[in-house]
Amino acid sequence: MADEKAVAKKAVPKKSGPVATTAAADLIVVDGEELTREEILERRAKRRAEAAKNTPTVVVDNLHVHYRIYGGSGATKGAATGALNRMIHRRKHDALRDVHAIKGISFVARRGESIGLIGSNGSGKSTLLRAIAGLLPAEKVGGVYTDGQPSLLGVNAALMNDLSGERNVVLGCLAMGLHPTEIKEKYQSIIDFSGIDEKSPNTSLRPMKTYSAGQAARLRFSIAATKLHDVLLIDEALATGDAGFQRRSEDRIRELRRNAGTVFVVSHSINSVRDICDRAIWLEAGLIRMDGDVDEVTAAYEAWSNG
Amino acid sequence: MSGTQTVAAEPERKSADPGDVSLPPVDPEFQELGGSGMAAKYGLSVAGKRPNPVAYARRLWVARHFIITWATARNQALYSGSRLGQLWQVLTPILNVGVYYLIFGVLLGTNRGVPDFLVYLVTGVFIFNFMQTAMLYGSRAISDNLNLIRALYFPRASLPIAITIIQLQQLLIAMAILAAVALAKGEPFTWHWLLIAPALCLQFVFNTGLALLVARFGAILTDTSQLLPFILRTWLYGSGVFYSIKKMVAQHPNVPAVVTWILDHNPPLMFIQVIRDQLIRVPASTDPKVAADYANAMYVPAHAWLWLVFWALVVGIGGYLYFWQGEETYGRG
Repeated sequence: MADEKAVAKKAVPKKSGPVATTAAADLIVVDGEELTREEILERRAKRRAEAAKNTPTVVVDNLHVHYRIYGGSGATKGAATGALNRMIHRRKHDALRDVHAIKGISFVARRGESIGLIGSNGSGKSTLLRAIAGLLPAEKVGGVYTDGQPSLLGVNAALMNDLSGERNVVLGCLAMGLHPTEIKEKYQSIIDFSGIDEKSPNTSLRPMKTYSAGQAARLRFSIAATKLHDVLLIDEALATGDAGFQRRSEDRIRELRRNAGTVFVVSHSINSVRDICDRAIWLEAGLIRMDGDVDEVTAAYEAWSNG
Repeated sequence: MSGTQTVAAEPERKSADPGDVSLPPVDPEFQELGGSGMAAKYGLSVAGKRPNPVAYARRLWVARHFIITWATARNQALYSGSRLGQLWQVLTPILNVGVYYLIFGVLLGTNRGVPDFLVYLVTGVFIFNFMQTAMLYGSRAISDNLNLIRALYFPRASLPIAITIIQLQQLLIAMAILAAVALAKGEPFTWHWLLIAPALCLQFVFNTGLALLVARFGAILTDTSQLLPFILRTWLYGSGVFYSIKKMVAQHPNVPAVVTWILDHNPPLMFIQVIRDQLIRVPASTDPKVAADYANAMYVPAHAWLWLVFWALVVGIGGYLYFWQGEETYGRG
């Protein structure tokens, strides 16, 4: 324990470096409170120091993930003669390729932390989230340990498109383990939160395939945010909503964090990562480049990607 | 994945930024205890690890509301695109009976040595169809629902089980129509009809086992759903749906006893014969040839109910365990 405190203390002065240069007098509204930039940073430092003492929810220990892809080289894949040839010669699929997507990542996430994952396209951010969610096999060495079953909320995680939004709400909640009576109580608040019925009243009764990308993403987020998760993984799901919805969902994420959950956010919007997260992990080519305070990491990432 | 592209772009970028190439220090407690040590200390579990079969069954029980709601919603969505909508749930079996009545009752006018041929045939078609559709849709349970599997964690066996429930819901409507046809054809309503319920329960367990079995096959090898229709058609002709298998065998004197035994104990045929036995009253006949035909057509092997229980348990539990073994692999890669 003494060790952790020392680290937490050490982290505070380290943070004040970039703070001094970026501090501004204008007020920012967070959760209905008007705060100066200084106050926000102070609170974040306090939160991070507290979170460092909390129990861990996710421990990633030297994680490696390989994707094995058939037909990467294209030419022989679909052709029947190619398949026949392989069968006759008992050759392995020559188009089998191995992609080493995550190459040994270790970190610990604790209760009350909100962690942004940043990095260029294909750096392994979404793969890491799927591995944490238990949806991808880790290699024999190392592994991912979690407290409970993390919920993954992805932008392309379509629910059941030919069913109505209303059915999707019920099914999504049931799959998260809510009881039918609980769902009846919460149903209206989920629909209200998503705001899909605001423009035309019966949108929630239409099949989800008739929804716009934004409407579907909003409904998905509303469903996932109903429950207080120990670990919530959000993959670009905030990018599609309009400004009002984004503000509501950011507030909701802060609420989850306050309730001692851990939230991971994958986003290409560096600003929304700065708004939501206290900590950031920068991934590049399947390795962690940097892990620490969100301002330091995002500043380094921006300098790198612009440079 | 596009991961390789980043690797290619990496070296030139790296040189521009030498500061952060080494891995950053991790959590101090992690350095001290290691990943498994921390997991043990705080009671964390390996992400996505499959529980033992009993705990898995408990998870399925917890997921029962999800399974039933999903099955019902799927079943309703099936006809949501058509104008008559849910009416098709009833119209489909009625039209099926109508087609068989037209072909075998009116056009061919045959009874093929079978008492009440229409009821005999329709029973066979509906009961076999229950197994056939559970297997066909079961083989695509994983590949058709990849989005759901990749988005939410739930015990994956929920899907083949829900698919069998959908088929059961459709079968129950079909059985109501079969009952109406049987009454219209002059079959008396007896307490034997009540025995159809336990027979269908056993068949449900049996079919769920098969659906779980082919669901894992289908997840490993996507070609399963292409191959399965041919296997099922062969099985259909071997299950005496359209004719009496026993009579055909009787016409060939030198069929080995093993083959006869296997044909008699073929699970779908046993389910069909037991249910036919409850529904159809065999009329007394003075003609010994007709009487022999009827006896062959209605033949039910000894201890048939015990056999049904046996098949349901072996295939049900076997399919469950086989599917459970692959739990971590579904929807990955």
